[in-house]
Amino acid sequence: MAATRSKKPPRVGDHPIFRLGLLAAVLVLTALVVVAPLVVIGVQAFSAGADVFVATITDADTRHAIFLTVATALIAVPINTVFGVAAAWAITKFDFTGKRLLLIVIEIPFSISPIVAGVAYLFVYGLQGVFGPALEAAEIKVLFALPGIVLASMFVTAPFVARELIPLMQAQGRDLEEAATSLGASGWRTFFSVTLPNVRWALLYGVVLCNARVMGEFGAVSVVSGNIRGQTNTLPLHVELLYHDYQTAGAFAAASILALLAVVTLFAKVLLERQGAGRAGRPALAAPQTIKTETLT
Amino acid sequence: MARRVLPGLPLALGITLVYVSIIVVLPLGALIFKAASLGPEDYWRIVSSARAVASYRVTVLSALAATAFNLVFGMALAWVLVRYRFPGRRFIDALVDLPFALPTAVAGIALTALFAPNGWFGSILGLAGIKVAYTPLGIMIAMSFTSLPFIVRTVQPVLEDLDPALEEAAQSLGGSDVSIFLRVILPLLAPALLAGLSLSFARSLGEFGAIIFIAGNQPMETEITALLTFIRLEEYDYQAAAAVASVLLITAFLMLAITNILQARALRYTARG
Repeated sequence: MAATRSKKPPRVGDHPIFRLGLLAAVLVLTALVVVAPLVVIGVQAFSAGADVFVATITDADTRHAIFLTVATALIAVPINTVFGVAAAWAITKFDFTGKRLLLIVIEIPFSISPIVAGVAYLFVYGLQGVFGPALEAAEIKVLFALPGIVLASMFVTAPFVARELIPLMQAQGRDLEEAATSLGASGWRTFFSVTLPNVRWALLYGVVLCNARVMGEFGAVSVVSGNIRGQTNTLPLHVELLYHDYQTAGAFAAASILALLAVVTLFAKVLLERQGAGRAGRPALAAPQTIKTETLT
Repeated sequence: MARRVLPGLPLALGITLVYVSIIVVLPLGALIFKAASLGPEDYWRIVSSARAVASYRVTVLSALAATAFNLVFGMALAWVLVRYRFPGRRFIDALVDLPFALPTAVAGIALTALFAPNGWFGSILGLAGIKVAYTPLGIMIAMSFTSLPFIVRTVQPVLEDLDPALEEAAQSLGGSDVSIFLRVILPLLAPALLAGLSLSFARSLGEFGAIIFIAGNQPMETEITALLTFIRLEEYDYQAAAAVASVLLITAFLMLAITNILQARALRYTARG
């Protein structure tokens, strides 16, 4: 037979002119809407010269803001990771009543304005809040200090790790873990040598996204931090402070560190997606996935 | 036969419940308690004040406009990424998540720099007499930027899984591209699209960091509800802050319920297919 290559029939929207037009429109809009903001940060950061850039980055207040941001992430991200793993283990490996409600409660921070989160924490730990007077009497500072910043950051990123793990662990089922325990492995051993290797990329993916959000959180932290320069200013708050001080170049210099973090996050995201993490096929919220009943052969 | 049960439920569920209680339930409960302690008259007076109502108006209208823009742009972006092969496709695909990765305050000052009267875009738009920065249009742009990924990321996977046979069948029956898109493809995308729209809208309603730099923040005109809450706090008017925040909270719960219903539908739909 002659090698007549079967030509695929054109699909909807494959007309060359339409195709070119749509592609051009999308690329131009992406450049204007997504790329331009990133470029403008770089340009503005150096608009007053490299020395202003270096001076801002090495300034004591900026250094302290970076330190505070990193410290917050170092506390909040591990705690949220432990929580995410525990929640995913409980939700996917067991059946209990109220599971659906628990899933919704875990998702709540995702849909709440960070400002509302900040205000809510004020009414727990602030002077006019539930525990405020008692904390004041005991001279424990939660608000306008590191603990408040960590708590507010934990609230806004609470669903991040669980959201990546739950659909994956749901899809993987319980067979492997049940086999391991029936062979005599302890719960911890089962988790570390069976479950964890299967979800490691998804876990890392959740941790990366959680970290990016913690380090970049602005609204919730600005309510609970008190914005004290050199004390409770995280890097995003420091950006705002410099900006309102009319130190535009300095604000963009500080912002460029955060922009770099965003780019690194995107890079890590792509690498992890190649390992199969964070299937693009999932809705942004972790609604329970339909479990495919595939028989093992 | 007895079901084999894995170990670790008490520990895992214990950690989960303690964490959720302290981090999520306690603060939200405290906020609701504070707002409820106001009494119906005071509460109503605060949440229905002219300045508060003006802030709901500008927030909701800007969020609607931003979501409408993202509907068109997000759909087009998802379509191009799934259907067409072009150099740089994977780069654009990765770039779609930038608004989620970029801290909102950074996005805010970057957009302001672009759209300010002397900025790259602002100076050109100014020639046409269009003012973006410090107007509701600026709020809309900040909202579209921060919520763009939602629609792309919900539509993209459904578009990828679309069976070409459906289109071929429609083509063999003589359907034009436009009618096939409207009557075959769009209905299949609808559940995902709706879920993406509700997520995008909800995010826009609560957005703060990206907006406050570009909005101008004039009371009654360009002041969003989240900012009004913040201002009441700075004035030490905690009751008003609680009341206005509770409006945002109730709206968020409503949007969460709608999104959950829409997503359950979308999932049931994909499970059937």
